[in-house]
Amino acid sequence: MKRRDFFRRTIPATLLPSLLNGFSFRAFAGSPLMQALTSATLNDHALVLIQLNGGNDGLNTVIPLDQYSNLSTARSNILIPDTLVLPLNGYAGSGLHPSMTGIQQLFNNGKMNIIQAVGYPSPNFSHFRATDIWLTGSDSNQVLSSGWGGRYLNYEYPNYPTGYPNATMPDPLALQIGSTVSLALQGPSSSMGMAISDPTSFYNLINGVQDPAPNTNAGKELTYIREVAQQSTLYSSVILAAANNITQQSSMYPAAGINSLADQLKIVARLIAGGLKTKVYMVNLGGFDTHSSQVDTTTSTGTHANLLTKLSEAVTAFMDDVSFLNIENRVIGMTFSEFGRRIKSNSSDGTDHGAAAPMFVFGKDVQSGILGSNPVIGSVITTNDNVPMQYDFRSIYASVLQDWFCVPSPDLSNILLQSFQTLPIIQSTACSGVGIHELNQSAGINLISNYPNPFTSSTYINFTTNGGHTLVQVFDNEGKMIKTLADDEYAAGTYKLWFENENYNSGVYYARLQNGPVQQVRNMLIMR
Amino acid sequence: MPRLHLMNRREIFSGLQTISPHRQNFDSVARTNSGLAPYAGTWTIAEVRHLLKRTMFGSRRDDLIYFLGLGMSDSVDTILELINHPAYNPPSPPLNNYSNVVTDPQCAAGQPWPGTPDTNNGGVFTYAFRKKSLKAWWVSQMLIQPRSLREKMVLFWSNHFVVEFDTVQVSTYVYKYNALLREYALGNFKEFTRQITINSAMLRYLNGDSNSSLAPNENYGRELQELFTVGKDINGNPQYTEDDVKAAARALTGWRNDLVNGTSANGFNSFFQSFRHDANDKVFSSWYNNAVITGQSGAAGANEVDDLMNIIFLRNEVSEFICRKLYRWFVYYEIDAATEANVIQPMAGIFRSNNYDIVMVLSALFKSEHFFDVLNRACLIKSPIDFAVALSREFEVVFPDNIDLTAQYASWDKIRSQSSAFQLDVGDPPNVAGWQAYYQEPSYHEMWINSDTLPKRNQFSDRMSNNGYTSSGQTIVIDVVAITGTLTNPSDPVALIDEVLALHYAIDPTPGLQAYLLSILLSGQVSNSYWTSAWVDYVNDPLNTTYFNIVKTRLQSFYKYIMDLSEYQLS
Repeated sequence: MKRRDFFRRTIPATLLPSLLNGFSFRAFAGSPLMQALTSATLNDHALVLIQLNGGNDGLNTVIPLDQYSNLSTARSNILIPDTLVLPLNGYAGSGLHPSMTGIQQLFNNGKMNIIQAVGYPSPNFSHFRATDIWLTGSDSNQVLSSGWGGRYLNYEYPNYPTGYPNATMPDPLALQIGSTVSLALQGPSSSMGMAISDPTSFYNLINGVQDPAPNTNAGKELTYIREVAQQSTLYSSVILAAANNITQQSSMYPAAGINSLADQLKIVARLIAGGLKTKVYMVNLGGFDTHSSQVDTTTSTGTHANLLTKLSEAVTAFMDDVSFLNIENRVIGMTFSEFGRRIKSNSSDGTDHGAAAPMFVFGKDVQSGILGSNPVIGSVITTNDNVPMQYDFRSIYASVLQDWFCVPSPDLSNILLQSFQTLPIIQSTACSGVGIHELNQSAGINLISNYPNPFTSSTYINFTTNGGHTLVQVFDNEGKMIKTLADDEYAAGTYKLWFENENYNSGVYYARLQNGPVQQVRNMLIMR
Repeated sequence: MPRLHLMNRREIFSGLQTISPHRQNFDSVARTNSGLAPYAGTWTIAEVRHLLKRTMFGSRRDDLIYFLGLGMSDSVDTILELINHPAYNPPSPPLNNYSNVVTDPQCAAGQPWPGTPDTNNGGVFTYAFRKKSLKAWWVSQMLIQPRSLREKMVLFWSNHFVVEFDTVQVSTYVYKYNALLREYALGNFKEFTRQITINSAMLRYLNGDSNSSLAPNENYGRELQELFTVGKDINGNPQYTEDDVKAAARALTGWRNDLVNGTSANGFNSFFQSFRHDANDKVFSSWYNNAVITGQSGAAGANEVDDLMNIIFLRNEVSEFICRKLYRWFVYYEIDAATEANVIQPMAGIFRSNNYDIVMVLSALFKSEHFFDVLNRACLIKSPIDFAVALSREFEVVFPDNIDLTAQYASWDKIRSQSSAFQLDVGDPPNVAGWQAYYQEPSYHEMWINSDTLPKRNQFSDRMSNNGYTSSGQTIVIDVVAITGTLTNPSDPVALIDEVLALHYAIDPTPGLQAYLLSILLSGQVSNSYWTSAWVDYVNDPLNTTYFNIVKTRLQSFYKYIMDLSEYQLS
């Protein structure tokens, strides 16, 4: 047993709540000696998950300027003028929505990692199901009842909630602000998180304010119970203490009530800086389900622009605060949404449910840059066409777990239930062998190609692997995985596979290679 | 007997100085002058819910619909078993569910143990298992209760005529005691008091079985007056005298229990031994009109129990004391001057004029405008056992059947042990006065809710709406999808929320709650149609695990949240 595991797993057992006249006795003092022994071995990293509910339109968020001509054919009514697209240093082919000036600065200052076209094979287009897939980390056709964050926390803190809080972990393992505890934080047997349903209830808690109650006996009893509830919410005292440690925060946050995401992130920064050891925070911003009126007549304004403004302002203020509070080394954040939107816009100036979309990972310790290439937009786009995935979303989870929470790579598959490639997202020389720099060096080399192309009955797919686990998949234009051609250990070298047209429809298909941190997607065309 | 120290609210506050609550001022809380005039208002789900949550363990949806169709008067008559019920028939007794843990030489596996002796020697100690069996069985009577007040009255009487199972230590005695509470739950209080006075468990608990002419034991003679009948005055002082205690004790000398070396000589019934009886006259104080029990010798000495009852029950304080206790149990713990004049005194008069018939006085209360007064609704804090049992009943939790007795009793015991963790262990009140929440001024029922018990209640409801509790391979859990399927229109999220709140909250929801609950069902989306299509997908293909899980995970969060709010603690 590793030393840190020894302390982690045995200390709680010795501090099991004792019973005093039938009452659990929670106020065990943390032993300074034990804390000194353990704090050196446990890292103090926290992860902030920002859920963008509704399905964010990735193509109008990170705009593929090198595909602009075909993009303008596919979505002329919502197209952002290329002159307004915000440039990103070092990546001339990509730019950001004009509302995202703050995120642009973060990128150019080296604190933002953008991962292109994140999704999963055979995407689901239902909000609920797709959300559950992202929160649980399941396959498209797999139903899991625990969340990926919950499984990680269960790995770090087995037996929770028995024996918690304790000297090693006196704080909530995970905190959800702005809704009930997410499925993402559901552990194998119990929820690993606690929720603060909205910023108002947080300030009610720290200010001791109550919701109004009727002036009746019932109101009197209700108020009494609410008072006890506020005071006895497990962890309320540690949350209160952490909040009270911080009296000043960044002035960049908008006034309360204007930007709900900023309100939530402000609480997160306060609690982290105030000393909570909580590992995972979840916040959310809703309204991304932009089926109609995604843009105003001026396409750079409107619903989607307002949402991205909120996202950008909130993240920027949060990062400024994190720097001000001197906790930059402890925090990274990550956005996700249950899906992207369709390449082709609809006639209501909106976009329908789609597939892969970019993710943002931000923080002082991320490897700044763009992972993956711009989605390839064909010249003829049908209403069913989707952005094909380049990266499996669970690869991002795996990378964060390995390189931010320092989970040894053999354990990743216990948490994520399969092996996924890890990607150079976090700066961590200890954990990540291949940097974004090395990956970008291979950007111009075709590692996967096919011949003939277009083809009718069959084609050869050539791929080059650096050795180790290598995966070759074929997706249709909607992102549905139709074939796995290779999923095995390979020696370094170049190989040839035969792909047969098994009565597939004419149209665009994608061949995807994954090898360690490397991935490439190749367009293929079937003509019948 | 160790006494638990329950924090009062001042102690709770002083222990948590970090929060200074901005309290609303409830000094001028709205009061009512309504009395026992028959309630003539509307009969809607709100009134039915109020009646059921107060008189049964929770208001199940099918019960609400049933009573809604009966109207107020017939509903109360049904609850009181005056109509729509067969003559009372006691339930079949508890069984040996513990045979896989200990061999009971007196009772085979799966057989009823009442009436057979305990074995508490030779390394075999069966009492603890039988006591646990009885408590679990008792909880099962609450879980499967018919549309009747009876089980809630059994609990009431166990808090009134207190014995502690832990002290009695004879399994058939405590079983028969519990059966007596059930038999007389809706019976005649005066006869009930006579029966409890010579009940084996009570004789043992308050030392009546060692009360003899040579060594009178005053324990029962005192509690009979202080706690069971006349009580004390409003200042907490007894109006009977110490001589009255002695006189009552002497009248009850000679009653014995029948166990000899663990074996029953008289069918586990008490009996009267005339040679231990004090045959001298017993003279009572002026408060009892200087009444005299003429001393009887021989077998006739047993009749002095009746003489004692007649003397005590001449005092109006008996009816007043019991009616206040019923009022605090069923309506609210505060009794102001208007309530005393308009409710308690009329109730006490009805109680006396009906010769202490419990049903008649409760009928008057439950049919009154005072009982249904909006100011008296939702102000009762659910007792621990009411919280645990009502949750199970209202969410129609399925308990294991009797094919596996171990699992069945274990599941009932889970509800009992949860209630015990919330500080009410059925059968073992903390002392002879019962649970403090029913007599301790000024907090009363608020004592059930403190910084220890409230989180435990939340953990219980959280777990019941999530994975549930598994014992002996069988799980009790809320089937959130099935219970939602019983609703009127579960595909409409707004209708679903309104109906669930109407079923489960006795109080109007706080503004904004519905919108928040909607966001849970919609996973933060804005269109109600997303829930509708998710529900319709599930209904059209209920075996599809994907569809099932989509609605299940959202409903789990939904019900969990509803039960975590303070409103859910009120009945």
